[in-house]
Amino acid sequence: MSRSDVLVDADWVQAHLDDPKVVIVEVDEDTAAYDKNHIRNAVRIDWKKDLQDPVRRDFIDQAGFEALLSAKGIANDDTVVLYGGNNNWFASYAYWYFKLYGHGDVRLLDGGRKKWELDSRELVVEQPERAATQYTAQPADSSIRAFRDDVVNAIGTLNLVDVRSPDEFSGKLLAPAHLPQEQSQRPGHVPSAKNIPWAKNANDDGTFKSDDELKALYEAEGVDLATDTIAYCRIGERSALTWFVLHELLGQENVKNYDGSWTEYGSLVGVPIELGN
Amino acid sequence: MCGAKAGGPDLAGVDVANETIIQGSVTRNDEPVNGYVRLLDENGEFTAEVPTSATGQFRFFARPGKWTLRALVPGATVDRQVVATQGEFTEVAIAV
Repeated sequence: MSRSDVLVDADWVQAHLDDPKVVIVEVDEDTAAYDKNHIRNAVRIDWKKDLQDPVRRDFIDQAGFEALLSAKGIANDDTVVLYGGNNNWFASYAYWYFKLYGHGDVRLLDGGRKKWELDSRELVVEQPERAATQYTAQPADSSIRAFRDDVVNAIGTLNLVDVRSPDEFSGKLLAPAHLPQEQSQRPGHVPSAKNIPWAKNANDDGTFKSDDELKALYEAEGVDLATDTIAYCRIGERSALTWFVLHELLGQENVKNYDGSWTEYGSLVGVPIELGN
Repeated sequence: MCGAKAGGPDLAGVDVANETIIQGSVTRNDEPVNGYVRLLDENGEFTAEVPTSATGQFRFFARPGKWTLRALVPGATVDRQVVATQGEFTEVAIAV
């Protein structure tokens, strides 16, 4: 798999805005951002309303994913290009779902909404109408998802990559600094985890660094790329971006995203936690 | 386009006493700019980023200490150093 199979630039998207087999999908942390404006012909997936189980803490199941994509007018053989705000955090999170449920051709817009805006490219308020499809998803691929016991068992043996900011890692903050401080019961990080904030993967404009730069980053931080890796953050969206880097851009096998992340781990009774750097 | 509003977003409903708030606005020729503001810690590490509102405003919930705000807007990048204190809100006006 090459970089162009999973990542497209703004010029590519611009050239495919009217391609009926390319579906552009906006996924934002701020779920109202799409209402303000969006890339022409883009549809929206709401990470809270569309991607989560409405009752228990889990994400939508196979049938739910099928219903969602059918309603959005996305067919199995469509090329899906995901983009969003916050340097593609939630677009990466949605990308991980698409892979988990076996979509054939899904890619990220490099730099996401931010790069598009900083380039002063066209954004519109009109929403496209796409005819519903009969989407068929594959059973969830558990090889790319970690659960809490996987994380506990990985302490001291596998690569654990904590992609939160240094202050969240050390325990000074419980959530990203643009959100009120709440959530998990305890601050800190999983013992033996390396703190490699997601932002180190990206340039200021939100585009990903080169493969060579990314490889050098993880090696310099002491991540053995030959060993299995679990990435986590607070709720699994920033670590989906790191999962994208390691699994999709660098082609590392056996990388899992722990979507329970710190809001689950930091509330578990009896598990080990480390504070400080 | 709405005009720029001085200062950060409205603090109604925010627990100011327990938070360390850095907020403000980004303007160009006194007009609000649509762009992004990054919060970097004292080592220059990325901590958070928010888009500016329609009125050019932004807000962070940080911790006490020294921070750098980096405004990213079409055609310009501007840094501002700030010191934040718990229980107060630090207002920063960034002109680009």
